[in-house]
Amino acid sequence: MIHLLLILVGAVLVNNFVLARFLGLCPFLGVSKKVETALGMGMAVTFVMVVASACTWLLQYLVLTPFDLEYLQTIAFILVIATLVQMVEMIVRKSSPVLYQSLGIFLPLITTNCAVLGLAVLNIQQGYSFVESLVFAFGAAAGFTLALVLYAGLRERLTLCPVPDAFRGTSIELITAGLLALAFMGFAGLVPG
Amino acid sequence: MLAAVISLGSLGCFAAILLAMAARRFAVKVDPRQAALLDVLAGANCGACGYPGCSAYARALVAGTARPDLCRPGGPETLARIATILDIEVAPGEPQIAVVRCRGDRQQSRAKYDYQGLEDCRAAQKLAFGPKTCPGGCLGLGSCVQHCPFGALSINEQGLAEVDRDRCTGCGLCVSVCPRQVLALAPAGSHIHVQCNSPDAGRKVKNYCHVGCIGCRLCIKTAPECFVMEGFLAKVNYGHQKPTAMADAMERCPHHCIQDLAEPGEAAPHSPSVEERTS
Repeated sequence: MIHLLLILVGAVLVNNFVLARFLGLCPFLGVSKKVETALGMGMAVTFVMVVASACTWLLQYLVLTPFDLEYLQTIAFILVIATLVQMVEMIVRKSSPVLYQSLGIFLPLITTNCAVLGLAVLNIQQGYSFVESLVFAFGAAAGFTLALVLYAGLRERLTLCPVPDAFRGTSIELITAGLLALAFMGFAGLVPG
Repeated sequence: MLAAVISLGSLGCFAAILLAMAARRFAVKVDPRQAALLDVLAGANCGACGYPGCSAYARALVAGTARPDLCRPGGPETLARIATILDIEVAPGEPQIAVVRCRGDRQQSRAKYDYQGLEDCRAAQKLAFGPKTCPGGCLGLGSCVQHCPFGALSINEQGLAEVDRDRCTGCGLCVSVCPRQVLALAPAGSHIHVQCNSPDAGRKVKNYCHVGCIGCRLCIKTAPECFVMEGFLAKVNYGHQKPTAMADAMERCPHHCIQDLAEPGEAAPHSPSVEERTS
């Protein structure tokens, strides 16, 4: 139990996907203009990451490993994740229009996101069991959401600030992201090992 | 090599079959009119219709829960096309345009204090009701400029908001964002406007600035029914305009707050600045 908790905390804070591993920077910069949309994106990522890590884990240990096809891992994972997201989008659209309204537009954005693929590959590299990989996926997604919402909050305030002309736009956004990543460095050493 | 081709091929086929089945099983019928409407709408996603984006408005139109004349940027042209798609009859309303109801620039108006803070009128307004003595004057920090989706607004050198009549679509976003309601919508066809927003009596307004409406009612005497009084502030009665009488009133307005905005080149009669008067 403690072991699972360590994985969770490690994924959320210490090895934060965006701020320590630098995965998923595209949605991090793209969907962080408003806290509200950042939260929606975070929810969608959480959902996709958990489902995708379950599917890719099964694919790895039921198909790829028994048939000695580990070298196809990357392309097989991309295929499965893309299919999965497409199908989830269709199902959600049909079964729950309300959920589709809040998550729907974000789903295609993360179809082939590097954070999702990175998570699937890391699961295998770390040798996690099925339950561990699910916990790791949830932690990674929660960390992504946390970073996204914090950054969106910073950006909302930044729009009102008198920023020097040379720093306006992307440059001040990247500087802010860097400072946020520095702040997260403080969590290093929280989880031993 | 062969194993890779077979396994990936079968995985791909499996995924394709799964997706094809899902697409059929979970198909959602969308009204074709919705896509057509989305093409017709202005596509600025400005939110002036009250819906989050053009696609949401299109959906509401098809569902019949929205009025068809809400797309301000599109204007009467869009309205007519929406009417053809939805097969309904509508009478186009008159297009509107935003008007800045203030001429009290840095020279003409008196400041209450020196504001140094967020470059945002709403923030400034919260600090002792704004850095201008006049409670209705333009603060000139550009909240409206930031919110205009069409780039029709700017802050001029004298610290006043200005509307580009060619670019303004009358969407009204600036009106709702301005903390002092300096901006207002007026019919795009009318050129003569009262450019003051101060609700106070003449004696106070004279203290605030040199180009404010003091409520002398001279314009109403000159052009009856073309102007109306709201408290101590004259307003144009846009439903009842007589150009010649109104031009007369414009000439006679002692503080030059009635302005013809169609002729930007013709400057208002010279009114001495604060420095000139005090010296």
